[in-house]
Amino acid sequence: MKHFRFAILICLVLLPALSRAAGDGYGYPIEGPYAATILGTPPDLKAELPAVIPVKELVLDLIPDLKRPPVFYYDDGLRCSYVCQKQKAPLVFLIAGTGASHQAPKVVAMMKALYQAGFHVVTLSSPTHPNFIISASHSHVPGDLTEDAADLYWIMENVWSKLKEDIEVSEFYLGGYSLGGTQAAFVAKLDEERKTFNFRKVLMVNPAVNLYNSVSQIEGLLNRIPGGEQNIARFFNDTINKFTVFFSRGQFVKFNDEFLYAAYKEKLFTPEEAGGMIGVVFRFSSAAMIFDSDVMTNGGYVVPKNRTLTATDSLTEYFRVCAHLSFLDYFNEYFYPHFLRKRPGLTKEALIAAESLKSIEGYLKSSPKFGVMTNENDFILATGELEYLRQLFGDRAKIYPRGGHMGNLEYKDNMAYLVGFFKGTGGQL
Amino acid sequence: MITVTFHRFCRLVMVPILLLSLAGCATTAPTILPEEPPMHTVEELHGFRIAQIADPWEGFNRSMYKFNYELDKYVLLPVVSGYEFVTPTIVQTGVSNFFNNLVEVRNLTNSLFQLKGMESLTTLGRFVANSTIGIGGLFDPATSLGLERRNEDFGQTLGHWGCSSGPYLVLPFLGPSNARDTSGFVVDAGIRYGIVAAIDPFENVDNGTATAIKVGVETLEVIDKRHQESFRYFGSEYPFEYDMIRYFYNKKRDLEIMK
Repeated sequence: MKHFRFAILICLVLLPALSRAAGDGYGYPIEGPYAATILGTPPDLKAELPAVIPVKELVLDLIPDLKRPPVFYYDDGLRCSYVCQKQKAPLVFLIAGTGASHQAPKVVAMMKALYQAGFHVVTLSSPTHPNFIISASHSHVPGDLTEDAADLYWIMENVWSKLKEDIEVSEFYLGGYSLGGTQAAFVAKLDEERKTFNFRKVLMVNPAVNLYNSVSQIEGLLNRIPGGEQNIARFFNDTINKFTVFFSRGQFVKFNDEFLYAAYKEKLFTPEEAGGMIGVVFRFSSAAMIFDSDVMTNGGYVVPKNRTLTATDSLTEYFRVCAHLSFLDYFNEYFYPHFLRKRPGLTKEALIAAESLKSIEGYLKSSPKFGVMTNENDFILATGELEYLRQLFGDRAKIYPRGGHMGNLEYKDNMAYLVGFFKGTGGQL
Repeated sequence: MITVTFHRFCRLVMVPILLLSLAGCATTAPTILPEEPPMHTVEELHGFRIAQIADPWEGFNRSMYKFNYELDKYVLLPVVSGYEFVTPTIVQTGVSNFFNNLVEVRNLTNSLFQLKGMESLTTLGRFVANSTIGIGGLFDPATSLGLERRNEDFGQTLGHWGCSSGPYLVLPFLGPSNARDTSGFVVDAGIRYGIVAAIDPFENVDNGTATAIKVGVETLEVIDKRHQESFRYFGSEYPFEYDMIRYFYNKKRDLEIMK
């Protein structure tokens, strides 16, 4: 009898796992889109990557006579990373996602996988990253796909002029994740005119289709936290306290992935709260973008116009103000007026439509060089946008059943697909 | 004895401070245009306070934060990368293990001060195992034996017995701290100096040689400390990094005291 009960128990435990494996044949385990985004891939399911690769950093002084206010004393030029093969090989440029740097863990994971597979790799910070806004953006106002693509292209040309003495390149490829994926499409389009690189393959990983929609989706996550968007300070402080209490009660010694998984298994947070955390982190990153852009343009948005902030001025109040502003505030009150001044008569609708893959869909549909890799439950896609990607790219869209936004990037199958795409076997895996 | 340590500390730290602060005197005042109020100010927030920690010495602290950035950039990081370049990785690990093992004495005294029985035994076990099987601390067999490192210092001891953190304070070279942890640091340094004086490892060596060895060891310790710390000031380029570090330092210390 005892054995019988035990067997039933085993079946009950194994059944969901087995049925899932039979159902979609995809082994990435985390169901919820927010949990997947936060936790990423469990260590034993990650693709095997080298622990250390010989990465070098470039610091580019791109804009002559650029005046950096003293508050940005630590910024001394645009930073990017590269790693090279000894022999002739294709070179892949990678663009990081919103607010992320050229050394962000996700772009570094991609870099390691591609370097291991025999490519030269260059990683670039997102045009929304503070260093880019200060030292590489001509307008210092991030978010416009066409202008940001022009800046990115110009940086790639600069990097290439520095590297071409030392390495042999057979052909050029391009990739990007999240916002960087969307930007990659616009960079590739610009390359059709400029022809410096003649990119042969372009991979967009978890791209946004329309920036305004994606930003609205992420901002929407904050509406579901207790008390809604206005309560994000309390929500943030409560979340940190909850982590603290959980940590101090358990036998944890380090605040690491293991601890995060334990918190996940204990269901420490509801899906709404997990979504809220993603929304808050997004706010932290948009706060930096808003502040740096405002300081660089003397825009009078959050910092008094004509005030020169020094290295020792308190920025705490600006932080509070910027974290309180949503990305949509930035769009309506700062971004749109900036473009209206440059292009009189521009409507908001026209600007929103321009910040979308749809504005270049004819090109994307006709060019065989593109590939897309995303997930069914990627919450940055609005209703209908996943279907749109399927229709636009057909077989060239690889859509995984789960993984949230970038949560499954480092999962074995995903990394194999990424490498395979550039190796020329993409779509076969 | 504290004064001697302090003098050494000053020699290591104050000279670059003076050099760097003199370098800062050459800036000129910008042309002044009247300021205009921005579209959004803190007044509209109604008590919206995210990740905030009281910081009455903020002006001083931000100057120190900048000083540490420059000390890193012009002095410590070049020295550390030179060290990493010429020293084989296995030697670097050995050096780190050696100094970390010495810190177990601090961990042990402070677990005892907090009357943490099990933890004191673990730390004592670690120290004995690493000093013997680990050949004077060059290896760390204790961790693989399941004896996890438990960091304790006098700041934590003060916190454990109910002393509040006091104002946030950024120290030169050492970085984020607060009034309580700074006093704790001084007490720990004093205890360590006392122990070294009592053991007197250079009993049979003449004075000049002993001083040279001590200075050499202390310099290596400073380099190793920076080598072990992966944090880079403004490595994130995040404009509110100072605010974030202030918040998370505070939270981290609360957590360490609770443990």
